Amino acid sequence: MVEQVRKLLEKRVESTAELENLRQSILDKKDSSRTCISVCGGTACRASGAEAVVDAFVDEIERRELQIQVELKETGCHGFCERGPLVVIQPKRIFYQQVKPEDIPEIIAETVLGGKVIERLLYVDPVTSQKIIYEPDVPFYKKQTRTIFGANGEIDPTNIEDYIASGGYSALSKVLVGIKPQEIVDEIKKSGLRGRGGGGFPTGRKWQSCRDAKADIKYVICNADEGDPGAYQDRSLLEGNPHSVLEGMIIGAYAIGSHQGYIYVRNEYPLAVGHARIAIEQAMDYGLLGENILGSGFDFKVMINKGGGAFVCGESSALMASLEGKIGEPKAKYIHMSEKGLWDSPSLLNNVKTWANVPLIINKGADWYSKIGTAGSKGTMIFSLVGNINNTGLVEVPMGITLREMIFDIGGGIPNGKKFKAVQTGGPSGGCIPEQLLDTPVDFDELTKLGSMMGSGGMIVMDEDTCMVDVAKYFIEFLKGESCGKCTPCREGINRMSEILNGITQGKGKLEDLDTLEDLAGILNAGALCALGQTAANPVLSTLRYFRDEYIAHIEQKKCAAGVCRELIRYSIDPEKCQGCLRCLRACPTGAITGEKREVHTLNQGLCIKCGACYDVCKFNAVIRQ
Amino acid sequence: MELTLDFPKVKAIVESYTEKVDSLIDSYAGNKEQLISLLQDIQAEFNYLPQDVLVKISQKLDIPLSQVFSVVTFFRAFTLKPRGRHLVTVCLGTACHVKGGQRLVDKMERDYGIKPGETTEDMRFSLETVNCLGCCALGPVVVVDGKYESKINPDKLDRVLRGYK
Repeated sequence: MVEQVRKLLEKRVESTAELENLRQSILDKKDSSRTCISVCGGTACRASGAEAVVDAFVDEIERRELQIQVELKETGCHGFCERGPLVVIQPKRIFYQQVKPEDIPEIIAETVLGGKVIERLLYVDPVTSQKIIYEPDVPFYKKQTRTIFGANGEIDPTNIEDYIASGGYSALSKVLVGIKPQEIVDEIKKSGLRGRGGGGFPTGRKWQSCRDAKADIKYVICNADEGDPGAYQDRSLLEGNPHSVLEGMIIGAYAIGSHQGYIYVRNEYPLAVGHARIAIEQAMDYGLLGENILGSGFDFKVMINKGGGAFVCGESSALMASLEGKIGEPKAKYIHMSEKGLWDSPSLLNNVKTWANVPLIINKGADWYSKIGTAGSKGTMIFSLVGNINNTGLVEVPMGITLREMIFDIGGGIPNGKKFKAVQTGGPSGGCIPEQLLDTPVDFDELTKLGSMMGSGGMIVMDEDTCMVDVAKYFIEFLKGESCGKCTPCREGINRMSEILNGITQGKGKLEDLDTLEDLAGILNAGALCALGQTAANPVLSTLRYFRDEYIAHIEQKKCAAGVCRELIRYSIDPEKCQGCLRCLRACPTGAITGEKREVHTLNQGLCIKCGACYDVCKFNAVIRQ
Repeated sequence: MELTLDFPKVKAIVESYTEKVDSLIDSYAGNKEQLISLLQDIQAEFNYLPQDVLVKISQKLDIPLSQVFSVVTFFRAFTLKPRGRHLVTVCLGTACHVKGGQRLVDKMERDYGIKPGETTEDMRFSLETVNCLGCCALGPVVVVDGKYESKINPDKLDRVLRGYK
């Protein structure tokens, strides 16, 4: 016990000078020429088998007694999820992708000890068919500017010393030693940073109004309730670099005069919850959280709250209600949360990415930061590039890059030779952007002009096989389930829209339905209580604006060109192509397909439930969907 | 067949159950605002929220029972019905949707007769959907008892589920 206390006291850093000493001593111990193998341990790579890869490395390193020469690190998400599990071998940054446990002995023998590259594990550029050896040369990474996300691939998120070695907590030091709280707020204002959670509200202004609010108790909250389907950058940051978020929160708390913080994180993100918890414990042990932080006399604690799986809890007032242990219903915001929020105290709520930007701005200065990006949107943004795209993953780019560069240069275009149809941004509050607008620069204001929004940074790419009416229906169904039901326009309006869209996808639509949809959208926008309801119609409005002909085809010709809407398609068997292999017959759940081996099969339309099982299993493209 | 109860055994089960619930509730004593976290812990333990436990929470934490119920029924993570031996979670995030996630839900209904939120009669499977698990590169994703299965189609789902009895 005494020994434990002594150890704890030893770890505690009492001043900013001691922090610098600690950093130096960690760096001195590091040998930069030493081989370091970093394995991506993000959720996606883990799902692809990264843990087994790590275990195999541990075994092999032990077997060959290489513990001194080789350092093994399980890091957070590197971003290139499509190619996981990913392994990067430092110092040269040799990049291996889709690594399996059985590859490990070879990697150690050939690459680590022999200095040779294993061709089979290299990434092949689909455009040039060239094999790429080093991580920075991969086109997916080449065009990115990874200021916030870059450290993810280099540090072990469960080891605070890794973060400190990479310059971590130096912004906090800087602030505690010589920057007055108001000067911090001024610096954030000057940087032009806008909230990364969706709305894009100027962060500095929020901080100012919370700082100006008169109250004894104030709260700082990190919004990690990343509810937008298709967006997972908040999770990856919290998983991969939790201390950067914590450091931002401590600086924010110091600036506004708060002593208690909360991280509200989705329960569906167990790894992020775990890593954030470890980070808080370690920061407490090192005296970077808790009482008398770095000997400055400033106290700040952080607690983790897990969400209950409600999309609406990403909205600030609903999130705070949930933090109070109540149901997550939003409030009308006559008064800002920054003046009267959690338990009626001034509360400063920012998104994970916003917090992670703060140490960067303090360290490099607002002038440096505001040089990145466009006139109205500064800095970089992390997007999740998902859907029908070759290089699925997380990308960090400066604001102002075009959609085309993102989708085709970084994302590598659409798989299987299909045609691009639309990109959906901003989650259920955003809209679908068509091909002719792909040269639009991406920032808060430009996306809003197109009838979409930045949102949390989700970008879902859709190919020609996507039905835009179905996409609109998907989002409305999503919001129907997630509407908290408190205000009538949202509760009833979304329900009505869902009925209409379901009718259209079933071939029961009328042309005047389109006008009704637009009317309802106007009512929602004007009358709903919170941003969730106000923006709920964006997916419908944007698809009506850019893909109206698809709606009309569903209504007038009763046709779904993409072959998605079940009631409007029919399956049949092409007698020319059918080989009589029995595969579709066996796959059909209703016995609608009949025939003998090596004879043409027939499909009974009366029994067909249009599940598409036959279409999936046919190897001869003999099942026709029209 | 006559039902004989092994009383000491039943008593032991009930006692261990009560003990576990009590220690969980006590770990949140005085923290009314931690209600949601407490409910999550209890659900993680029992895989659903037994009603008598909710009554106990209400009494011990001094929260009106109506408020406990409103929270339980508001958040989709909570269930008042016992779940089956295996929990099948289908991701219906946008990326999984455009890659055909809904067809997996349809398949579960067709083959096992369960819709999201329901459990098979033999208690083998419970089906849930989730809005996004954040591993969109692997879509459509299904999670069975915490194990992520990537790039799943209805045919592959069959093979995966066969391993869970």
